[in-house]
Amino acid sequence: MPELTYREAVRDALSQAMRQDDGVFLMGEDIAEMGGSMGVTQGMLEEFGKERVRNTPISEMALAGAAIGASMQGMRPVAEIMYEDFLTLAAEQVVNQAAKIRYMSGGQLTVPVVFRTQGGAGWSPGAQHAQQLEAWFVHIPGLKVVFASTPEDVRGLLWSAIYDDNPVVFFEHRTLYPIKGNVPQEIEPIPIGRARVHREGEDVTVIATGRLVHESLKAAEEAERDGISVEVVDPRTLQPLDEESLVSSVKKTNRAVVAHEAVTRMGFGAEVAAVLQYQAFDWLDAPIERVGAKFSPLPFAPVMEAFVVPHAEDVLTAIKRTVGKA
Amino acid sequence: MATAEHKATLAKSELGDVLREMLLIRRFEEKVEERFRAGELPGFLHVAIGQEASAVGVCRALEDGDVIASTHRAHGHTLAKGTHPNELMAELYGKQEGCSHGYGGSMHLYDVERGNMGANAVIGGGLPHVTGAALAFQMRGEPRVALAFFGDGATNIGTFHEALNLAQLWQVPAVFVLEDNKWAESTPESQHSPIRDLSDRAKAFGMKTLKADGQDVEAVYKTARQALDHARSGKGPVFVHLDCVRFHGHYIGDPQVYRDKDEARKLAETRDPIKLLREKLKLSISDEEFEELDTEVTEMVEASVEFAKSGTDPAPEDALKNVYA
Repeated sequence: MPELTYREAVRDALSQAMRQDDGVFLMGEDIAEMGGSMGVTQGMLEEFGKERVRNTPISEMALAGAAIGASMQGMRPVAEIMYEDFLTLAAEQVVNQAAKIRYMSGGQLTVPVVFRTQGGAGWSPGAQHAQQLEAWFVHIPGLKVVFASTPEDVRGLLWSAIYDDNPVVFFEHRTLYPIKGNVPQEIEPIPIGRARVHREGEDVTVIATGRLVHESLKAAEEAERDGISVEVVDPRTLQPLDEESLVSSVKKTNRAVVAHEAVTRMGFGAEVAAVLQYQAFDWLDAPIERVGAKFSPLPFAPVMEAFVVPHAEDVLTAIKRTVGKA
Repeated sequence: MATAEHKATLAKSELGDVLREMLLIRRFEEKVEERFRAGELPGFLHVAIGQEASAVGVCRALEDGDVIASTHRAHGHTLAKGTHPNELMAELYGKQEGCSHGYGGSMHLYDVERGNMGANAVIGGGLPHVTGAALAFQMRGEPRVALAFFGDGATNIGTFHEALNLAQLWQVPAVFVLEDNKWAESTPESQHSPIRDLSDRAKAFGMKTLKADGQDVEAVYKTARQALDHARSGKGPVFVHLDCVRFHGHYIGDPQVYRDKDEARKLAETRDPIKLLREKLKLSISDEEFEELDTEVTEMVEASVEFAKSGTDPAPEDALKNVYA
């Protein structure tokens, strides 16, 4: 099995889809000569040319909207929104248009577009370059939402997103780009809507997304030293949500922690907690714990930033609280 | 791809058809107003009475395979692009037989088979789609054009500027048709735009611009044809500025407290595109023939109401279909 970084895995999925299918093309800011602000598309201009690795002006509404229009005419565009903070600029097109065109047309049209974007704290860019806004988009019927946390998952899920006939908002986490992982020789598409159990355990289930999957795995190792057996599950796709896998894990462990980097209040974790309490109420031995960012914009000063967003120790504290060892 | 030569202007023999089509749209929209006021039509409706020449002149100039994106004021565009009045009326009644199968309504009229990529209830919302559709045609080397309708109010919104900028930058085969009726809902152009000639906005992107009297269907056709030929031949997008008149309010039931009643009445007398074409055709179409035409389209409209009323209501739970492909 080859080893790829998360960044290379994204690039590999894009490149292989583009080799296979002329309808797949990329549009985004600084993606051509520069190779994207995160370096994801480096080298792709040379292979595919400027028609298919298409630099756009700083113009998110047109970038998102033109990708939607091209997809309505049978293309499979992948639009890169440089930072997910800038999804707010494209929100009208993503939320009012892409998500609803199939519906409003009574099923006449499909919108097979992918909005790839990235975000995440840990490098002190301040309040407008590191938000985690996935909860905004899971609230919109018509959109699918993916948030992959490993090289294998990001490659297999991006492939599925490109070939999905629905608009997909595809979140990547900035701090994960350099992480390495083994991937299958050939791309194995990962179905959208299927969770992954990263680590099996008996005492508590941690349901985590993005960077917090890795933080939760660290916390699980720590907890094991204290004799707590932790299961770590990554939903991988937030919409649709693999409720069955999450519920069955919690029915086994009887305790749950939900962890994401996004602000806790009104976050994705609240929905997961609601699903769990309703479907596994009789199995729960403790209140569901939520781990996420504190309710503030992201600050600049590194010490403040580190204080606002969650880390492994926050997950560990939540694990200990739920098993009554805090 | 038709040659430009013999279709650069409307043939005299076509003008009867053109008149008939404009009259059908007029009678259809008058009926929509009447049925809305009678409490039969749900939702929020906007008619384009007075702007029929724009819809008919532009859509006649399109080729098979060309696509349009429309606005909240979409009935005329939809009929002119070929949707049957029955399917349109059924949509306004929320029936399965409607052109959007009851999922869209007046502001979300789609007819993909006939090249209608959809009306849009967000001002300027469809403009980037037209740039993107045109990009798809360009990338695949297809001789097709994507065309957007929008009003003067839309020229203030970001999607207008971003979509035109990108279209011109990439030289895609798109046509942007401004139906300049001088009103953004209740706000006159003098209050919504700091410049008097809205073509200047397209010129700022280096885009080719054409102007025509939007009440003169022959001028509209000729100008649209010129724009489409230009775009189709790979010379880049074109901005078409049509000087139009909205006779009625922003929505059905709008008391138009913001507007001088005499001015509106005068415009209806002097700038009615149907009257203007009729004047031109005085020699070839007698009053009697016009009455016959009127009776014919009025009957079609009546029949569309009957069709719609006897249509099938969706089951409430059909609401959960078509959310995902």
